[in-house]
Parts: sequence; C-alpha cells; structure tokens
Amino acid sequence: MRRWLRDPLIWTGIALVALVVFMPALKPVFALLFPDQDRPLFEQDSFINLTLSHIGLVAASSAISVLVGVSLALFVTRPSGREFRPLVETVVATGQTFPPVAVLAIAVPLIGFGAMPALIALALYGLLPVTEATVAAIEQVPAGAREAARGIGMTPAGRLRQIELPLAAPVILAGIRTSVIINIGTAAIASTVGAKTLGLPIIIGLSGFNTAYVVQGALVVGLLAVVTDLAFDRLGSMLDRWKRDDVVASA
Amino acid sequence: MLKNRVLLLLVAVGLAAAAGLAFVTHAPNRLLSGQAVSWAIVLGAGRWMALLPALPLVVGPFLPQSRAVHLVLAVSAAALAASLLWLAGDVAIRLADTATPSARTSFGGAFWLIEAMAALAAADALQRGISNPAARITIGAVLILPILAVIGGGAIDQLSIMKEYANRRSVFATAVATHLAIVGATLLPTLGIGLPLGVLLDRRARLRRPVFAVLNIIQTIPSIALFGLLIAPLAGLVAFAPLLGRIGISGIGATPAIIALTLYSLLPIVRSTTAGLEQVPGSVVDAATGMGMTPAQIFRRVEVPLALPVVVAGLRVTVVQAVGLTAVAALIGAGGLGAIIFQGLNGSAIDLVLLGVVPLVAIAITADIALKLAVTMLKMRSG
Repeated sequence: MRRWLRDPLIWTGIALVALVVFMPALKPVFALLFPDQDRPLFEQDSFINLTLSHIGLVAASSAISVLVGVSLALFVTRPSGREFRPLVETVVATGQTFPPVAVLAIAVPLIGFGAMPALIALALYGLLPVTEATVAAIEQVPAGAREAARGIGMTPAGRLRQIELPLAAPVILAGIRTSVIINIGTAAIASTVGAKTLGLPIIIGLSGFNTAYVVQGALVVGLLAVVTDLAFDRLGSMLDRWKRDDVVASA
Repeated sequence: MLKNRVLLLLVAVGLAAAAGLAFVTHAPNRLLSGQAVSWAIVLGAGRWMALLPALPLVVGPFLPQSRAVHLVLAVSAAALAASLLWLAGDVAIRLADTATPSARTSFGGAFWLIEAMAALAAADALQRGISNPAARITIGAVLILPILAVIGGGAIDQLSIMKEYANRRSVFATAVATHLAIVGATLLPTLGIGLPLGVLLDRRARLRRPVFAVLNIIQTIPSIALFGLLIAPLAGLVAFAPLLGRIGISGIGATPAIIALTLYSLLPIVRSTTAGLEQVPGSVVDAATGMGMTPAQIFRRVEVPLALPVVVAGLRVTVVQAVGLTAVAALIGAGGLGAIIFQGLNGSAIDLVLLGVVPLVAIAITADIALKLAVTMLKMRSG
C-alpha cells in the first residue's frame, strides 16, 4: 500500500487524467489566478480532445519511427548492408543537429499545412535517435554470444531474434524513449503548422496575451511528457528484470 | 564491376528526383504555389554544361576505390552543388525579365533533394578517402566555398528567398544577432552553474541520483510548455518588484527564454563534467599525489586537461540544442530566427520560412562541426 502511494508514475498519471478531465471545473480557480482575463479557460476545444489528438499524433509518428528506424539499423548491421553504415551514421548525426522546429517548418512547403506535415516531420525526426540507439545496441552485443549461437547451429534469422534483439532491447528502448519525448514536445509546436495538439491553447494564449490558456496547455503537455518518461523508465526496469530472469532460467 | 553501392544509391535518388520533381517553380506572387519550370528551360542555350560535374558521380560507383577517386568525387559533388545553385539563380534572372515584379521563382523539391544527395556523396567520399578527421573537416570547409561564392556573388539574387532577404535586410541581421546573443547569454549561467555542479557531483556521489533526476525531468518538459510556464511567475515577480522591470526583466521576451534555455542546458553540461572527471584514471591521480602535488594542483593540471574533451563534447550538445530551442523562444517574443520562421508560417509565405530555417540549420551545423573539431583536437593533444 505504501509503495503504491509513493510511486511517482501512479500519482503523476492520476494527476494528468484528472487535470485533463476536470479542467472545466477549474475555471473558477483560473478566474481567481488571472483576474484580468475575460475568458480564464480555453474552451475552443476540450482538453480531452486535444490530449487524445496529441497522443494520436505522437503514437502514429513514433510507430513509423520505430518500424523504419529499427529496420534501417538492422540492415546496416548485417553483412549485406554494412557498406551503407557510414552514410546512415552521417545522416543520423547531421539530422539530429537540425532543430525540430526547422524540420517542422521545412515539411510545410513540401507537404502543406495540417496534421500530415506534422506526422511526417515527427516520424522523420524521431527516426534518428531510434536508428542511432539500435545500431549502438546491436554493436554492443558480445561477440561471444554471437559465436556461441553460431556454434550451436542457429540461422542468422534465429540469432537475430533470439540473441541479438533480446540483448539489445534495453538500449533500443532508451532510443525509443528519447524519440517519443522529443516528439511530444515537437507535436506541441506543430499546432503552429495547423495540427490539433495541446500546443493549441499555448499558441492561441501567446498570440492573444491570455496567460491562462498558456498555463493550461503547458501544464497538461508537461505532465504528459513526464508521465510518458516515467512509464518508459518503468518499462526499462521491467525489461532488465525479465532479461535477468531469462538469463538465470536458461543458465 | 560495381564498387560503391552507396554512391549508386545517392545517384539513383538524385536522378529520380530530377525526373519526378520540380527543380525550380515560378509563381505570379509570393503567396501562390508555383508551376514547375521544365529542365529544357533551365538547361537551355548550353547551360547543360553546368551539369558536367555530375559525370564523375554517375560513373563513380564503377571506378576503383582509391584515394584519388574519392577526392575527385568529393570535389565533383561540391562543384555540382554550387553549379545547381547557380543554375537555379540563373533561371530566376531570365524569368524575372519577362514577368511582373511580384513574380517569384523558388527552389523546387528536386533542387533540395539533389543538393542533399550531393552533400552526402561529398561527405561519404571524404570519409572513405581521408582518415584524419581534422583534415576531413578542413577539406569539407574548403569545398563549401564555391557555394558561398555563388550566393555572395549575387547569382541567386532573383530567387524568392533572396528577395525576402532583400526586403528584410535589417530585420534579418537583427534576428541573427538576437539569436546568437540569446545562445551566448545562455552559456554564461549554464557554465557558471553547470561546471561547479558537475565537479561537486564527481566528489559527492550521493548527490548524483537526486540532481540528475531533477535535471532529467526538466529535459523532459516540452520547450514551449516551459517557456509558457515561466511567463506568469515572472510577470508576477515584476509586478511585485517593479525595479526588476526597469532593468529589462519581464514575463515575455529574452528573460524567460534565457532562464528556460539554461535549465535545459544544465543536463548535458553537468553530465559531461561529471563523466569527464570520473573517467580520469585513479592511477594518474595517485601518481600526481606521489609527486607531491596539492589537490588544487591535481585538479588544475591533471583532472581538468583529461576531462576537457568530454566536457567540450557536452558543450556541443548544449550549444546545438540551445540554437534550436532559441527558435521556439520566438513564440514568447524573444525574437531571433524563429520570429522570421513563425511569421512566414502565419502568412503561408514559404520562402520567408526558408529565410529563417536555412540560417538556423547553418548555425546549428557550424556549431556542431566546430565543437566536434575542438573535441578531436583536444583528444589528440591529451593523447
């Protein structure tokens, strides 16, 4: 019971859901905090809608990033793709020096305004940390483990599935975590190119000098990022424990 | 037969882009989207000769892999990048003669993709041909000069992005200066707090967990949210102590930007300082103690020089991140290149967006390369 109460993931998660669902009930509080505002609560769209749309955009783009990023990394760490590895590493390193805002802004002239350029920009940008982490993760699989697997006659596909990927999983997960957290922040900025996300109250509040809107959007998206980060943290330690048990079981 | 599959892929993508996308587009005014200008017009009257540098790149995948070949390929790719830029500028000049003054010629998708492929081909050739990273960066910097010459010589002045620049010359200069000033102003408190904090965490391992937990949470919060959350408290503070307002502190503008950027910058600096000091071998410190050096001397003459490459690597992450985040700070009125980008996005003026994005990316990449070079040189010096 005590441990449950002290778990930051659980109470930040509850705080996030409560804030999103009961935001309208907080209107008097914001009216008190911002007495100069005629409209102390962002009501052009519900926070439930904005949050779901934000999560949807991040989930869709991250799914593409993970799928393409992991495949790309696996390709350049196979003998047949090794030649492309310096190229991929150059693209990944240079791409990450591009500010996320720049990637978002470049997507607009190519694709137009709306959710589509945001999705593509987020997916492309999110690809980079996933690819980088997966290449590093596969690279640090001990040569001994690979040799042993080859020695007992495992096929390359079997080695990948049963040896390399499980051993690389924690580092790959760390890359996915970085990617998702960056995407949550970039998705908020994506409301400047017409995507419906939690950045909308912030942008409207900033341009209309309504600090109450800004605070509402910022609180929800900030909490969303923190909860997601904590959830990845938990997932990581679960993976570690599972890997350890697995090694113990097979030993 | 086929010796370089990477170059073959880059050439194939470039050719596909040339076949399927517009090289430049032409529109009656800056807000309308343009019509593609055909290659026949772009390359007419002998201008196809500007594409000659592409020839070595097309046969490159089948040539033997020698140092000389790689150098030729790198130079050809750089020359192609410059001549494509010249071609785009040239077609804009010719179309400007016949059209109305409000007509605009802009870069098309094929231009950007082929330029990107040329840059990657040059980078890949340098990586294959030259093993010394410092020499590679130097040659790379020299290869960019023709592009700068094309821009500086006025050859692309009739392109839309340069017209946007001509209309906003002083705004642009102020934006670049503000941008760099905010990044610079962030580095002072970042280094002032981050370096001592990093040293402290190296000495007091117990403090690491809580401090890094806090810095991690800050790093997690989206930039736009942190900027926004600082507005209300700062405005309240100024209302409470008007003296602060008189020295230039306010809820919007540079103050919340610099505070938020400093908060973000602390994690990479503190982490790299602690990591840099941690990796100094204990035996080296012991030897220095044995020689009779005081702890202060050991810190200054042994630990700092050995930790420096790692600290500068952290500084690189910090600066590149700060350059990008400063663009977002334009949303809270801090100015800089982000102001130009968001103005362009609001007005659907694509070339105005590019006028902000291109220098923004150039600053980030320059800072990245310069600090990478510094790390390489520091590592070579400390062996």
